[in-house]
Amino acid sequence: MEDTYTIMRVFAGSWGMMFMLLSFLGVILFTLRPGSRQVHRDTANIPFRYDDRPMSDDSAPARTRQTKEARQ
Amino acid sequence: MLDYVKLLILGLVAVCAAIAANYARDAAYLVHALLIMGAAAITFVVVLRRTGEARVPAPANEYMDGPVKAAAIATAFWGVVGFLAGVFIAFQLAFPVLNFHWAEGYLNFGRLRPLHTSAVIFAFGGNALLAASFYIVQRTSAARLWGGNLAWFVFWGYQLFIAMAATGYLLGSTQGQEYAEPEWLTDLWLTIVWVAFLLLYLGTLMKRKEPHIYVANWFLLSFIVTVAMLHVVNNLQIPVSLFGSASVTLFSGVQNAMTQWWYGHNAVGFFLTAGFLGMMYYFIPKQAERPVYSYKLSIIHFWALIFLYIWAGPHHLHYTALPDWASTLGMVFSVVLWMPSWGGMINGLMTLSGAWDKLRTDPILRMMVTSVAFYGMSTFEGPMMSIRAVNSLSHYTDWTIGHVHSGALGWNGMITFGMLYYLFPKLWNRQSLYSLKAVSWHYWLATIGIVLYAASMWVTGIMEGLMWREVDAQGFLVNSFADTVAAKFPMYVVRGLGGVMFLTGALIMCWNLWMTVKVGQVRKDAPVAAPAE
Repeated sequence: MEDTYTIMRVFAGSWGMMFMLLSFLGVILFTLRPGSRQVHRDTANIPFRYDDRPMSDDSAPARTRQTKEARQ
Repeated sequence: MLDYVKLLILGLVAVCAAIAANYARDAAYLVHALLIMGAAAITFVVVLRRTGEARVPAPANEYMDGPVKAAAIATAFWGVVGFLAGVFIAFQLAFPVLNFHWAEGYLNFGRLRPLHTSAVIFAFGGNALLAASFYIVQRTSAARLWGGNLAWFVFWGYQLFIAMAATGYLLGSTQGQEYAEPEWLTDLWLTIVWVAFLLLYLGTLMKRKEPHIYVANWFLLSFIVTVAMLHVVNNLQIPVSLFGSASVTLFSGVQNAMTQWWYGHNAVGFFLTAGFLGMMYYFIPKQAERPVYSYKLSIIHFWALIFLYIWAGPHHLHYTALPDWASTLGMVFSVVLWMPSWGGMINGLMTLSGAWDKLRTDPILRMMVTSVAFYGMSTFEGPMMSIRAVNSLSHYTDWTIGHVHSGALGWNGMITFGMLYYLFPKLWNRQSLYSLKAVSWHYWLATIGIVLYAASMWVTGIMEGLMWREVDAQGFLVNSFADTVAAKFPMYVVRGLGGVMFLTGALIMCWNLWMTVKVGQVRKDAPVAAPAE
């Protein structure tokens, strides 16, 4: 029976590290997925929409686009 | 009904604090108990005065900008206080006579240094982050802040934390851990305020009207969550007495050191970097009137920062009892961290592509761009200093101090000034700032001040490092510690002057902002309080 330190240390350096690395790569790949461009272009323009007052409930579907679109 | 419950709780807190003040075992605890008693009593009166009155429901079609205004004012105020403390202790190092004999034990360097660091990081930076997160989360969610007056609780609770921390430092109540000096009572209070902050932020995000969460919110949310985790773990302490401020840490030896620098470096990584990046990703696009250069890059910047930063702490403990693998891990992750940092810097700078001409006419944008440049510079310098061989020269010298200040003054300070210049006309419905010329003056004073500061600290740091390691032919050390102190005097004076310039710039800013609100023209298209359409 090994001591707790060694067990934790070995786990962190093998399975733990692989888990972190794969999650990280997964996140990056998901960001670069095909079809994300439209979503990102829309999201990048959020700061230019509701500057003075919140979106009211009844105007929710028709969004006002006051500004230039993102270049991409 | 709820008001009566509040009154009951506040009354109980005030009475308990009064009893605790009576039994206090040390001066710091006494002052803290009195502060809590005063705060509870004032809040009691405020709640009492409106008990039983009819409630006007909060207008859901307006943003809640009261707390943003308060936090913006507090940012400017604490900024000046923190810079002033910094200038004073800089001259205390150059001229030790400024450690006045009559104020020994209260206003000497050792007591004022944590006051300065906490005032600029947590009071100035913290209020800037409160203002930014209250403002950004509403605008990018298209929703009013959640939780009624919770934002006011967070704001005033945070000010109480600052007051408790500051008085504690002057009275010598400290747990001796950098950036985590406040003792258990202050820590507990901050935990309560921080949980309220997290709920406020999450609540507002939950009721957002935009389908997506804008990237600035990711950074700000990660800042709130991570600081909560860091704060709780690094402050696992057992109080010696319920009526005294002293406590004993749960960790010992190198574990304690590692936990402290895991905390300390991520305070830099998540408080001073992630939080302020949230600011950058909102205010630079707004000021430049262009969306961020690459939204994809901003997401990758975010995740890379999150995955890497948390491991970089051990580079503060090279050549100590820490195992080699841990310090190598910290070093490697610090170097890798250079990549996302520069990705983020490029993203911020390139947001201006096609609009570079604005830099000539808009000193606010110039300030923001300079801050991003300093972000790039200090995130290059930091990884370099974390390399073991470089660290053996730079550690414990003034180079570290210079590095911290090019990051804090250049990156955090400049982006905060840019934000304040953007926010004040906006929040108070003014056509424009009172004087753009004054902004230019502030810009140049601050920039030259930082350059003087950083350059003098490079010189003195490297000189000091080389003097400490210099040995003669027989292998004896050539210089004593006092020799290095004497040799550093001219650089200390230059550093102090750089600080004076930075402080002068901040004072000009305060005057400019004051005049903007006081005599500025009202914005033509100012939104009037109208019923929902």
